[in-house]
Amino acid sequence: MKRHLLALTAVGAVLAQGQAWAQDATAEGIAKYREMLEDGNPAELFEMKGEELWAQKRGPKNATLEQCDLGLGPGVLKGAFVQMPRYFKDTGRVQDLESRLLTCMETLQGFNAEEIRKTPFRRGEMANLTALATYVAAQSKGMRFNLPNATEQEKTMYEVGKRLFFMRGGPHDFSCATCHGQAGKRIRLQDLPELTKNPGDGIGFAAWPAYRVSNAQMWGMQHRLNDCYRQQRFPEPKFGSDATIALGVYMGVNAKGAKSIVPAIKR
Amino acid sequence: MHKTTFATLVAAPALALGLGACTSSPGSADYDRITAEVVKASFQDRGIAKVDRLVQDEANRLCSAADVAGQPIDEKTAAAIQEAAMKTIKWPSDGKFLGDWKEGEKIAQSGRGLTWSDNDKTVNGGNCYNCHQISKEEISFGTIGTSLYNYGKLRGVANPDSPEAKPIIEYTWGKLWNARAYSACSQMPRVGHHGILNEQQLKHVMALLLDPQSPVNK
Repeated sequence: MKRHLLALTAVGAVLAQGQAWAQDATAEGIAKYREMLEDGNPAELFEMKGEELWAQKRGPKNATLEQCDLGLGPGVLKGAFVQMPRYFKDTGRVQDLESRLLTCMETLQGFNAEEIRKTPFRRGEMANLTALATYVAAQSKGMRFNLPNATEQEKTMYEVGKRLFFMRGGPHDFSCATCHGQAGKRIRLQDLPELTKNPGDGIGFAAWPAYRVSNAQMWGMQHRLNDCYRQQRFPEPKFGSDATIALGVYMGVNAKGAKSIVPAIKR
Repeated sequence: MHKTTFATLVAAPALALGLGACTSSPGSADYDRITAEVVKASFQDRGIAKVDRLVQDEANRLCSAADVAGQPIDEKTAAAIQEAAMKTIKWPSDGKFLGDWKEGEKIAQSGRGLTWSDNDKTVNGGNCYNCHQISKEEISFGTIGTSLYNYGKLRGVANPDSPEAKPIIEYTWGKLWNARAYSACSQMPRVGHHGILNEQQLKHVMALLLDPQSPVNK
């Protein structure tokens, strides 16, 4: 506990500086800041919290998540993240890391998944879910993305994800591709990863969950997609909905071969 | 019990239907249909951003399909989209095209409006700098759109009221109103057509681009 407090204080000091950096948000500034944080990525706090939550008996069933099957067998964490989203027989669904963890919280621990799904990001069990995702994803750090994309369900999700990626709509006619369909573009000074291929996806998809310097928050991919759609002027994607999973499959398959740098530090 | 709820609410009925219906590999039309079902099930109203925003008009549907196919849209379809878009352009009610470039600069700077974290009282911005270089002073500009620095000057607009300037003035207004009138699958928002900016705001942005006094043309 004391170790956590110390770590938090240190992070707080760095963050105070971090906000000033973020305002003039130049690529150079961000790179320097990332370098500064290399040995103390605040994401590690969330990773530690996730590690504790994983092994803690919780929920109405007073159980741990240690038997959770993330695709490579119960309790196997290493390598699981870089093969997700993938198809799970028991739920009959293609699931990403976050929606799969929610399934485990429901089946193993007895939590009400529907309630958690409706909880705002960074609150209550939703915050715990992000910490868990950070912990699990970090176990695949340095490993290369290699989604199975083998079942009919997965292949369908890829095709659906592709169509969602290029779907223009809303008052501004934006699609994901408006910002992420070409290499070397930016919004204001922010570089935009091209998400139709690697290496773009290696920077984009393969980097979440990530710690966001500009608002000092830890975001999972679900939160990242949610805010993309907000800025796209679309209505809100439901947490773990098939649209978000399909986009995950599309980007994940496109990221094949990219090394996971999760948990990353982002703008 | 929980499991049933979970399956009912979240398991993809679309996928179950889509894949259950045919044993052979689904084709492009099947994927289009499944995508429509996934879209319908996946989004919810939030604030001012309602699910009706997911309904695509013909131009968006055709341009999205071309993007998915990785092909430019065919010429005939493009011409039809442009022709239809041209008909949507509303010209200034008082015949005046240019407002105040200083106001135009503020509108170009602002990226606010129409997200679910805005409300119906939010004054919309033009989002211009997000994608375009405009004045030389603003170094924080995006690169998805072309540079608009010296926009009027490069096009020889010395007096915006002159007959010589008329074609470029009208083109610029039309482009801002509905960019699809000139480029069928342009990425640029249809600023006037979709009511992102009103007529007065558009005039200010016009002045930013075309007024010889605007820093854009210095």
